[in-house]
Amino acid sequence: MRVVIHALTAMALAMWLSACSDTTSHSRAVYMLIDTSGTYTQEIRKANSIINYLLGNLGPGDSLAVAKIDSGSFSEKDIVAKVTFDSRPSYTNAQKRAFRLKIDEFIKSVKSSGHTDITGGVLQAIEFLNETGAGKRMILIFSDLKEDLRKGQVRNFPIEMKGIEVVAINVTKLRSDNIDPREYMKRLEYWKKRVMAGNGSWRVINDLDNMERLLSGE
Amino acid sequence: MKSFLMIVPDHPTLSALIWAIVLITMLYLARQPAHKAIHSLVATLYRGLRLAARSLMTVEERMRIRNREVLLEAGKEAAERQIEREFYRIDAVVRRDLADYPALHRKMQDAIERIEDDYGSCTEDMELPSIQGWEKAVDAVAKIPVKGNSMVADVLADINKTFSTSYRDALEEYRQTCNDRISVMSKMAPVWRGLSRTLDKVSRNITDLHKRAGEINGLMQRYEEIQAGSDKAIRMLSSSSITQFFISLFVLVIAVGGAMINFNLIAWPMQEMVGGNSYLMGFKTANIAAMVIILVEITMGLFLMELLRITRLFPMIGSIDDKMRKRMIWICFGILLTLACVESALAFMRDVMAADKQAFNESLRRSMDGTAAAAVTTANRSIPMIAQMVIGFILPFALVFVAIPLESFIHSFRTVIGIVAVWAVRGLAFVLRLSGTLFRQLGTLFEHTYDLIIFVPLWIEKLVHERTHKHKADKLGVAP
Repeated sequence: MRVVIHALTAMALAMWLSACSDTTSHSRAVYMLIDTSGTYTQEIRKANSIINYLLGNLGPGDSLAVAKIDSGSFSEKDIVAKVTFDSRPSYTNAQKRAFRLKIDEFIKSVKSSGHTDITGGVLQAIEFLNETGAGKRMILIFSDLKEDLRKGQVRNFPIEMKGIEVVAINVTKLRSDNIDPREYMKRLEYWKKRVMAGNGSWRVINDLDNMERLLSGE
Repeated sequence: MKSFLMIVPDHPTLSALIWAIVLITMLYLARQPAHKAIHSLVATLYRGLRLAARSLMTVEERMRIRNREVLLEAGKEAAERQIEREFYRIDAVVRRDLADYPALHRKMQDAIERIEDDYGSCTEDMELPSIQGWEKAVDAVAKIPVKGNSMVADVLADINKTFSTSYRDALEEYRQTCNDRISVMSKMAPVWRGLSRTLDKVSRNITDLHKRAGEINGLMQRYEEIQAGSDKAIRMLSSSSITQFFISLFVLVIAVGGAMINFNLIAWPMQEMVGGNSYLMGFKTANIAAMVIILVEITMGLFLMELLRITRLFPMIGSIDDKMRKRMIWICFGILLTLACVESALAFMRDVMAADKQAFNESLRRSMDGTAAAAVTTANRSIPMIAQMVIGFILPFALVFVAIPLESFIHSFRTVIGIVAVWAVRGLAFVLRLSGTLFRQLGTLFEHTYDLIIFVPLWIEKLVHERTHKHKADKLGVAP
């Protein structure tokens, strides 16, 4: 009888302890899309600084992926580097170094693409982010947001982005925007509406000197 | 509603006047019941509040008595502990210095005996140097006629020579004896000095004991005062408790600061052990693990202090027999030492991780700027590393001493809370009494205000009343 009581007590204690353990995911996952179309390739150095910031601030358990936006971005081939950091900080640094090397190679060998399939990149990003199971999921779009699809590509459909924050970074003004600034506004508004319609949240950060806002969510 | 109030259409003033007259008349008619209602309400409130105040004062009195009992009991316990400690000290002094008193006494006795012997041997009657029968020989020789007899002269010369030789030998012997005695006496000096030193030591011990006895006497007087429950003792204990409360609080705040530094030192490297992305009840598991280590250190410190009988928070630990107590002391110390080593290792790990992170960030910066990294000398790196390791090792032992202010804080906290509670209850009782009085005065004010509103009918009533009285008086022929 005493053994049974002890066993029951131990089970109750174990259940209580398991109830105490936190099942909420506190990890973060960031997917960065880099536009490689046309003249935007010149902005790649700025993207490099953002990647450095992310590597410096993401910690154990977080995930990071960098992918390029080219003519057909809905493909794993466009992922330049991806990693989920180990839970041990010492191993995390080694992973970051390896990641950094891959990015360096990419920056050296990047070529300008003929078209800009942003939607495809976003779809690929959503797939990756959902797979990570991270608590906080973020897509960084480093682009001028001007989508230029190949003939026959279908991208005008709603995208489900629940729980995903989309941040447009360094949305540069095109030459045509200078003639009619409304085009720039329209582009921003189009993407905002698209993200919001998919239950995601939308932010624009053009001041790259205040990167602290990027991960803090302010 | 407006039309209802407007009794005379298009004449608001007139309507208002009519309403005022109606209202005043109604108020006048209801004056007595209204006064009674106000009076009754105010009296109820007043009595209720007074009753509540009286109840609170009773509670306050009970709390004061209870506080007094607790304070006296705590003071008595503290005094008993102090007296006990003084007795322990006296016991230690007696064991250390006076336990070998019989041997010391024997030593002194031996020394005195030796001195006595030496003195005796020095003061024995000393024979003066003499030549056996020389007086008779001198008399016989003196009677021999010496004139012109060279043989006699030679005999006398021989005798003189023999005498001189004997005299020199006797004198020499005498001098030797004297020297021997002086030598014996000079050997007595160190014995004297040793005896003097021994006596000085005994005197010091006795003085120390006397001083401690005086302290015990003072403590006993204090204890007697506490036992008697005198006001002086209560004042003294209250003041002491409040002082102790603030001092221990101050030390505890410092200890909390130390614990926070300790936490920051080990929380980050703890991620290497438990993982950096694991959470427990919304907190990082690494942080909880670091906190648990610090709390275990504090707990071990508490047990160690308890086992060393420096604090008395757990009566159960105090009643453990000495053998087990010593074993537990070593176990606690072993655990603390292990934790200190773990913390030191974690501090080392922290430094390694920080250096790695710094190197990585530097490489990121260089990849952007294209500049060379600033050289960091090995000495510059090792100094903070050693400092962190030393702090990591020392802090667990430093936290052991938290037990002393904690005990003081817990004991004084009860007294301080008791005093504050008594003040609070007394203050509340005062507020209730004041409120009761205010309500009573407000009741009177309401009655007067009521009368002020209906002063016209009251004035008329007074006039009528006076006239009626006058009329009655006139009828009876009595002067008003």
